[in-house]
Amino acid sequence: MERAVVFAGFGGQGVLLAGKILARAAMDEGLEVTWLPSYGPEMRGGTANCTVVLSDEPIGSPIVESPDVVLAMNGPSLDRFESRVARGGTVIVNSSLISKRPARDDVRTVALPANDLARELGEPRVANMVALGAVVRALGVLPLAAATGAMEAELGAKARGRLFEVNRTALERGYAQTGAGLI
Amino acid sequence: MPETQTLTKVFARPRSLTDKRFTYCPGCHHGLITRILGSAIDKLGIQEKTVIVAPVGCAVFAYEWFRCDGVQAAHGRAAAVATGIKRARPDLTVVSYQGDGDLAAIGTAETIHAANRGEAITVIFVNNQIYGMTGGQMAPTTLDGQRATSCPEGRDPATMGHPLRVAELIATLAAPLYVTRQSLHDAKHIAQATQAVEKALRYQVEKRGYSLVEIVANCPTGWKMPPQKANEHIAGTVTKVFPLGDLVDRG
Amino acid sequence: MAQRQLMTGNEAMAEAAIRAGCRAYFGYPITPQNEILEYMASHLPQAGGAFVQAESEVAAINMCYGAAAAGVRTMTSSSSPGISLKLEGISYLAGADLPCVILNVARGGPGLGNIAPAQGDYFQATKGGGHGDYRLIVLAPSTVQEAAELATLAFDLSDEYRVPALLLADGMLGQMLEPVALPTPRDPGSLPPKPWALTGAAGRGPNYVASFALDPLDLRDLNLKRHARYREIEARELRWEEVSTSDADLLIVAYGTMGRIAKTVVRQARREGIRLGLFRPITVWPFPYAPLGELAERVKAVLTVELSAGQMWEDVRLAVEGRCPTPFYGEMGGVVPTPSDILREVKRCA
Repeated sequence: MERAVVFAGFGGQGVLLAGKILARAAMDEGLEVTWLPSYGPEMRGGTANCTVVLSDEPIGSPIVESPDVVLAMNGPSLDRFESRVARGGTVIVNSSLISKRPARDDVRTVALPANDLARELGEPRVANMVALGAVVRALGVLPLAAATGAMEAELGAKARGRLFEVNRTALERGYAQTGAGLI
Repeated sequence: MPETQTLTKVFARPRSLTDKRFTYCPGCHHGLITRILGSAIDKLGIQEKTVIVAPVGCAVFAYEWFRCDGVQAAHGRAAAVATGIKRARPDLTVVSYQGDGDLAAIGTAETIHAANRGEAITVIFVNNQIYGMTGGQMAPTTLDGQRATSCPEGRDPATMGHPLRVAELIATLAAPLYVTRQSLHDAKHIAQATQAVEKALRYQVEKRGYSLVEIVANCPTGWKMPPQKANEHIAGTVTKVFPLGDLVDRG
Repeated sequence: MAQRQLMTGNEAMAEAAIRAGCRAYFGYPITPQNEILEYMASHLPQAGGAFVQAESEVAAINMCYGAAAAGVRTMTSSSSPGISLKLEGISYLAGADLPCVILNVARGGPGLGNIAPAQGDYFQATKGGGHGDYRLIVLAPSTVQEAAELATLAFDLSDEYRVPALLLADGMLGQMLEPVALPTPRDPGSLPPKPWALTGAAGRGPNYVASFALDPLDLRDLNLKRHARYREIEARELRWEEVSTSDADLLIVAYGTMGRIAKTVVRQARREGIRLGLFRPITVWPFPYAPLGELAERVKAVLTVELSAGQMWEDVRLAVEGRCPTPFYGEMGGVVPTPSDILREVKRCA
């Protein structure tokens, strides 16, 4: 088993953190994992992305040509990564910000209103956790609880109390929404 | 009446110097400065705790003249090397011994930043206004109009700048404990310089701070002057450009 | 096995250094290795070590020279342009027989280049770089786990042979996260003593540390002794990894990040019935010439893949000595080939 996910969006949308939490969840579940970010000036604005590879064997290339899942949090990310999704893979489109849909018919599309769902929870910043919940569901190799535990560990002291609850709820909403959101 | 008189030894080579002969030219102040440093180490009883950092230049062998641990640094980097030693072993007394090309040209950045961090080291800066070892080229401290092999018509400030006043530069910084400029052109000044070197070492041992002792020195060979005339030149001309005295004493 | 932690290559190398007993670190900011400097700033003082953000790469390596002379395990880190600045100091370390660990998280060059991963510093690392007849022990990690292990090994080898050791990583390894099981921390007091170090001449004669010997016969003698140690390192310290070489009729040679990417290529090629193997040097100095030469007897071609115009390729050809063709595939400027780019090159050799 080897799966790859690309998380992509604007700098500041939290895609690198979402990928990092997925990586930690995979490690906690005993899997091998790599998390490879775009780095440098890109992270201070413009686009940001990271690639996470999960496997039950040692991982060779952390660079992936055809990811199984692509999360596009903004339009430019969809444009950039749509063509690369593996046949039969999943594109999660942040439908709060992206009106168009992938043209390909050999991938499944999840339209996820990540920002709207986050706003409904009263915390717009957790759109990335909504998206991560969707990624976990689409991947189908990790339990949601692993992501919740990894989120708590990654956010550390900051995640205590209400902020942890809202992040956990965000993960659950994204997870549930994806089950229902298949096109 | 006894047939032989008992003689008292009143002058000897400092104990912290080895028997190795200096490689300096006759009349050169480097030998004197080495002695002064050696006797200051003796006086403070720190020979077994001192590390000498030698530069590239005429004093490149300086580490071999002390019965102290010693290291030879790359050209200009003595202050950085001294920083590394002191940070690794704070109980050592670390002395960097550097000339003007080493300290004030190629090593300017290391010099200023070690001083600015207030590294607890003692810098002995020998300012003889010339590159002695490489054969008498212009130094950053060469006087206006002074001839050197790389400014045969004399230093022209219009294109070569003026002599760099290191002690004054370092004195602008907040961290140094002691910054002074001394000379060796007569007995009185030698005595004063000796006290300054002792004080700089004592400040390192007791107060754990940075000191720079700039010593205006001669270079009879590079200046093409007999030693006596070179000393007169220091007294009459060089000390006008490089005034003597303490610039900072926060001890 | 120790508990795994998720760390970047940069953090793992820094933490492994502290655990190996490094107690003096000197550095200067440059991307993509800033996390090493930052990690040391916040963690080394807690371990009782000295941290200085130096005024330059030049100063940093010379601070290492001082700390190494004082007998303390010391390290600096940088990325390609900064390593160029350190070369003078590295030559002096080599000439004074001082142990020191240098991390190069390499980036695209020459000049300012960019901050993307590259392997254009292979010549600089393995063939000298600075002036004079010296060698560095050069270790090339390909995973975060290996980066931590080789950082530890670098300190041990550098101390044992009194030869500076360099870890040749790249921006990708420095920036990526992977689980790592860190080595057990060691007490610096438990490390072998260094009777030559500058500790103060108490109860013994003075110790001198220098790279200077004016008499040609003396300097030749120092060089000969040093080169005898280099021969010993070549005989005892070769390290490499082989993947699927036993029945291979084609071989890729790649190190570091390219070495791990090539593992994916081997898997893909095998699925298509191509009997591809991988030879991954871990020590790139000393280079494992003999074991690679033996493999070259049994294959149709040895393909070198690098993030450069072909630097390790020269060592590969010295190892193969004409036994089979030695094609090359490389990318420069921070471009990293994908597994299928490499597989396409493999198929051209088949």
